[in-house]
Amino acid sequence: MANSLKKQWDSLKGSQFYAHYRRSPVALLSSALLLIILFLAVFGPLFTPQNPFDLSSLDLSNAYLPPYPREGSDPAFFMGTDQQGRDIFSAIVYGSRTSLYIGVVGVLLCSALGIFLGVLAGYYGGWLDSLIMRLADIQLSFPSILIAMFLMSALGRGVGNVLIALMLVGWVKFARTVRGETLSVRKMEYVDAARVIGLPSHRIILRYILPNVMTSIIVLATMQVGTFILIEATLSFLGLGVPVTEPSLGMLCSDGFKVMFGGLWWVSVFPGLYIVVIVFAINLLGDFLRDELNPKLK
Amino acid sequence: MSEILRVENLTQQFRLDKSLLDKLHWEKGRITLRERVVKAVNGISFHVERGEAFGLVGESGCGKSTTARTIIGLNRPTSGDILFDGKSTAAMDKGERFALHKQMQMIFQDPYASLNPRMTVMDIVTEPILFHKLAGSRQEAEQRAYALLERVGIRPELASRFPHQFSGGQRQRIGIARALAVNPQFIVADEPVSALDVSIQAQILNLLMDLKEERSLSYLFIAHDLSVVRHLCSRLAVMYLGRIVEMGSREQIFEHPSHPYTQLLLAAAPKLTGSSIAGYEIPEKEMPTVLDLPKGCAFCNRCRYASPQCETELPALREVELGHVSACHLCGKK
Repeated sequence: MANSLKKQWDSLKGSQFYAHYRRSPVALLSSALLLIILFLAVFGPLFTPQNPFDLSSLDLSNAYLPPYPREGSDPAFFMGTDQQGRDIFSAIVYGSRTSLYIGVVGVLLCSALGIFLGVLAGYYGGWLDSLIMRLADIQLSFPSILIAMFLMSALGRGVGNVLIALMLVGWVKFARTVRGETLSVRKMEYVDAARVIGLPSHRIILRYILPNVMTSIIVLATMQVGTFILIEATLSFLGLGVPVTEPSLGMLCSDGFKVMFGGLWWVSVFPGLYIVVIVFAINLLGDFLRDELNPKLK
Repeated sequence: MSEILRVENLTQQFRLDKSLLDKLHWEKGRITLRERVVKAVNGISFHVERGEAFGLVGESGCGKSTTARTIIGLNRPTSGDILFDGKSTAAMDKGERFALHKQMQMIFQDPYASLNPRMTVMDIVTEPILFHKLAGSRQEAEQRAYALLERVGIRPELASRFPHQFSGGQRQRIGIARALAVNPQFIVADEPVSALDVSIQAQILNLLMDLKEERSLSYLFIAHDLSVVRHLCSRLAVMYLGRIVEMGSREQIFEHPSHPYTQLLLAAAPKLTGSSIAGYEIPEKEMPTVLDLPKGCAFCNRCRYASPQCETELPALREVELGHVSACHLCGKK
């Protein structure tokens, strides 16, 4: 197993994809940004000045301190503080954990559902295909944020509920892409060869179909992480997303929004900017992957 | 010699309009229910002797590849029977049909599409061995795969590479190794060299002939190139629009073709000297399609001997000499 992994790695290193990746400033910039973002989310709490959830570390006399170079600011809280004296930078670091977790796990869940349904529809065809694809068509005729809001108001707030809502919103894209790719891969002679060997359908799907639709799935999944972070931010901003005890970036924006026009802009703007940076980096990487791996998806 | 494969009255049709809505047509102010059916293969019968290479030739769209796919089990025949080793495949139970995968294998047309790009050559060749449990362990399977690759002319040290690192001819060799991995007795070769360079074609054909002798294989060899068939096959059948129009030994077909279509095919083969097709005039009429087959002889539109009888009556296969049959009303008359 380790040997075959190494072989795959060597083959990746020798590939055109790797050569293009190394020479693409966009790809390198976005990967670097994403690495920093991930690093901050994982290890950030080690250097933040406080734990924003630990009420004993907050000091109300620090409330609404402006960002660092301005008058009356505290260099320890260089992005300023909110009404409870909470450091904005610390809040962003902790909030990005929730946002990234929801984005990544949400994509894993909804790609699993979408890939499963898409492969079934594409490989077996017939009434199953019609059923799944008509369901997808119906769902696509509603804006996804509307469906997500409806689901969240039915399910109630909570990280788990946001994940369920995202899964039910996002599977359609995966199912449609995977179905289309499966239809074209299924006609390849190597699938016929597998059938001539006598391999059962589940083995053909796992060994022959899925590995050959994987590139499209990787591209789509990357882009979808950004979309999901945005949807979650929207939901939380509207008060339909995560609970107050696990604030995400969207919720931080929402909190600060109330005082934004009183001149206390930093409470809302810094978390907002951070969402922009995350989604921007993910989309840049997604664009690069799409151009390299599957230009058909454009 | 006994026969290894017999095909009896095989018919293969494909329905184009699967749902009810597709079947509705607007015709002369009325809605009518009509289904379009592709009649790819229309009642063909032939047999392959043990140890022989039987050729099936014809132009594109004549149903020769469909015949191959139906025989190997990729399509379920609409009607007719396929007997392997004297046993009807339609009457086989699950276990027997499973065992058939070990006896009958296929070599595909397009070497660029017939190997899974995500599997190494070693995985491609060991897959059938491991799946059919023809080796006790993975090591044993790999040993067998190395031997097979060596035999078809792929250096064993290349086995850990992926298909895209090989040329078309090399890929076809890998495809042959995969087909041989289960030690089959019978191989369906669907235009195995038509996608290759001419210089490579001869190498692959020679490899196939050598393997046939070594392993006493039988082939059903599909081709549109007559010279390829002439090189390899001892008997052959010529197909036109889903029917066999002429069948006989290599000498019979090539030396004195009886059916006008066979004559046209032979005349159309490129030659180094002399005029080729110029001597054979073809009436400029439209060819019938497999969607709408004529009542009479399907070839009569392009036939220079066509008579009114040809348009209304379907010619049956008749023996013109021992082991040589032809489906033409004029056989024995001209």
